[in-house]
Amino acid sequence: MPRINSPEELEKLRQEILSRSDPSKPCIAICAGAGCLASGAGEVIAAFKTEIEKQGLTTDVNTKGTGCPGFCERGPVVIIYPEEICYLRVKPDDVPEIISQTIRGKKVVDRLLYVDPTTGEKATHESDIPFYKNQKRNLISYNSKIDSKSIDDYLAIGGYSALAKVLFKMTAEQVLEEVKKSNLRGRGGGGFPAGNKWEGSRNAPDPIKYVIVNADEGDPGAFMDRALLEGNPQSILEGLTIGAYAIGSHEGYIYVRQEYPLAVVNVNIAIRQAEEYGLLGKNILGSGFDFTVKVHQGAGAFVCGESTALMTALEGRAGEPRPKYIRSNIVGLWGRPTVLNNVETWANVPLIINKGADWFTQFGTEKSKGTKIFSLVGKITNTGLVEVPMGITLRDIIYKIGGGIPGGKKFKAVQTGGPSGGCIPEKLLDLEVGYDELTKAGSMMGSGGMIVMDEDTCMVDVARYFLNFLIDESCGKCTPCREGIRQMLKILTNITKGKGKESDIELLEELAEVAIDASLCALGKSAPNPLLSTLRYFRDEYEAHVKEKRCPALSCKELIAYHIDPSKCQACMICLKKCPAEAIEGGKNRIHVIDQEKCTKCGTCFEVCPPRFGAVKKISGEPVPAPIPEEKRILTRKSKDK
Amino acid sequence: MSEILLQIDGKEVKAKEGMTVLEAAKSAGISIPTLCHHEKLEPYGGCRLCIVEVEVRGWTQLVVSCVYLAAKNLIVRTRSEKVDRIRKMILELLLAHAPDAFELQDLAKEYGADKNRFEKEASFCIHCGLCVRYCAEVKKKNAVGFVDRGTRKEISFIPGIASKECWNCKECFPLCPTEALQAAFVLTKALASF
Repeated sequence: MPRINSPEELEKLRQEILSRSDPSKPCIAICAGAGCLASGAGEVIAAFKTEIEKQGLTTDVNTKGTGCPGFCERGPVVIIYPEEICYLRVKPDDVPEIISQTIRGKKVVDRLLYVDPTTGEKATHESDIPFYKNQKRNLISYNSKIDSKSIDDYLAIGGYSALAKVLFKMTAEQVLEEVKKSNLRGRGGGGFPAGNKWEGSRNAPDPIKYVIVNADEGDPGAFMDRALLEGNPQSILEGLTIGAYAIGSHEGYIYVRQEYPLAVVNVNIAIRQAEEYGLLGKNILGSGFDFTVKVHQGAGAFVCGESTALMTALEGRAGEPRPKYIRSNIVGLWGRPTVLNNVETWANVPLIINKGADWFTQFGTEKSKGTKIFSLVGKITNTGLVEVPMGITLRDIIYKIGGGIPGGKKFKAVQTGGPSGGCIPEKLLDLEVGYDELTKAGSMMGSGGMIVMDEDTCMVDVARYFLNFLIDESCGKCTPCREGIRQMLKILTNITKGKGKESDIELLEELAEVAIDASLCALGKSAPNPLLSTLRYFRDEYEAHVKEKRCPALSCKELIAYHIDPSKCQACMICLKKCPAEAIEGGKNRIHVIDQEKCTKCGTCFEVCPPRFGAVKKISGEPVPAPIPEEKRILTRKSKDK
Repeated sequence: MSEILLQIDGKEVKAKEGMTVLEAAKSAGISIPTLCHHEKLEPYGGCRLCIVEVEVRGWTQLVVSCVYLAAKNLIVRTRSEKVDRIRKMILELLLAHAPDAFELQDLAKEYGADKNRFEKEASFCIHCGLCVRYCAEVKKKNAVGFVDRGTRKEISFIPGIASKECWNCKECFPLCPTEALQAAFVLTKALASF
């Protein structure tokens, strides 16, 4: 690779790359993100390569493994350019047909298209699918346009033009002003204005400063940072370099969790390629500005997503937070001014520089600007990554983009912000998504996890789940977090087992207050959020567990029972045969009865009982009806009566 | 070093720049309870018992005095209803692990903490980290450290180092506010001789 020594040479190279590729030449883009790879995208890519060779099309068709376009629910996702035909859930067996029909015959393979579950209509292009149509994909749309491992692809879509602009046409102060004007707020959770953070570091007297990408994404169910870092690592590097220039830093780190092996591989490739082109390293683009980036792999601690814990870990010590009375943009890594931003925050920077703060601020609400990527998971029809303008309502995300709740179930709550966030009930579905709005509702933006829950979810159990996650993930340094979580979890576990006391709810609130007021870092301070938000909106569920020993969602195992309604049982033997605990008595023409002593409450009988019978019942808070006497168990079928 | 004036519990207090609120209070004879603090060691901010209220530009905040720096015109309240409530809860949480520690019992009396409030889990260690930090910072031996994290976090002697260094030192023993340290050492001795 030739070194690029000026913005003119960068432009020349870009034109050269563009002239090498013929826009009318078919290109098969297969998502090679972790989600699609897990559903078999690797085999699909291999099948395409073999088939293209077999059909002698090697020079006529390009293939590329791209980043994640977001629709993980329907992966592996294949997009065929230039028509932008979108095929979903593609298997290796589909490949020959795609090549002969679509590539050779220019015909669409109908059966691989998206079908709207309500209207039955098919959508040929990505942009016609409701999941995509209602998004605003400023960041993530680049993922499916480029090969994640190719810097040339990134240059082809205008990559590094923002860096060139910054280095040659803007002073550091101007960059700072633009970012401040954009009101870009940290995408990692806290929502602190990035421009102010940068300015603090720039003004700090220490000549040695650092910039860090926080890619230690650890919220259960959240994977937006992974998708960006895997899919478009160059954009993160470009954003980081711009930030370094603005604050006067010459050394940057990417702290990425080890559990993201593909992101680690892709970002390392990206760094190497950028260095070869002279877009990282000494004298970038001939500007005289030096900047190097190193990748550090986290050792699997959730708390290291906290900025000071991350820095401590980067210094080679156990990842424990330190007090933040002096902010880390003044005294951070190795005691030097350090700007740490989340992956998504950095990804926004090149766009803001290229398109301007005014472009950026047209999206969003008064205080939350731009777009935000959420990972929409849980009881939702369209699982995946969605990028939406701030200010969109939760209802639009869940119903218009997410396609609502599957299986005809009722929506109950949406959990945002991971273990630090809270549960938002149905009555607040019209809430506009923004940092302050979510905090006011008792939740938080967090890094953008969004877990949808339906009527079968027990809210006490949800709170218990998150505290159970945190009990292992607290660093254990300070008392209110370590011991507070321990006790809150104990109480919640007891409540879900029907051992709750009336005074428990008050004690929980007291423990939560101390954890919020006295914990050292944000992990402890926000740990009670799932508990407090469920208490705020679903207190009746807590009370039902404590006072009536009843789980209204019929979810807490120790509070429910299964029994068979003798008037509905058709003695079909299905549940009897499937019961793993052999807890069902009965036989041919003998009404089935569950032995409550043997029953493990696995729910198999409930699931397998044919819906037209609906004989197996799940109950809570009431005594199990006594089994019918032996002599009455003979089933008399109406048809045979005659 | 320039001098700064601040107010602690209504009293004018002189402090040197770089002093923590805890040190400033101490120098003025005002006592704030601590468990993880030690003069010879870097401030840790782990036990949170030394939490106080400060007023900064009209805003009342809860801060931990062993790590919060004294500042000009700062108003500090070392006791308040809220501060006392937090200290009481912290003591109750720790007493579940070390119900017989004298230091905790004395403080419990002062703050009305009930040592039976939480189910006992007598691990004895209250994670003050005095032994770990003393060995690392003063003795520079790192013979004892923390292992694991969250609620599973515990102190542990590193047999390889402890078997060489600890016999003639044991300076950390009297630092321990409970009996946990000695117990851990006995265990290590057993391991090292194995």
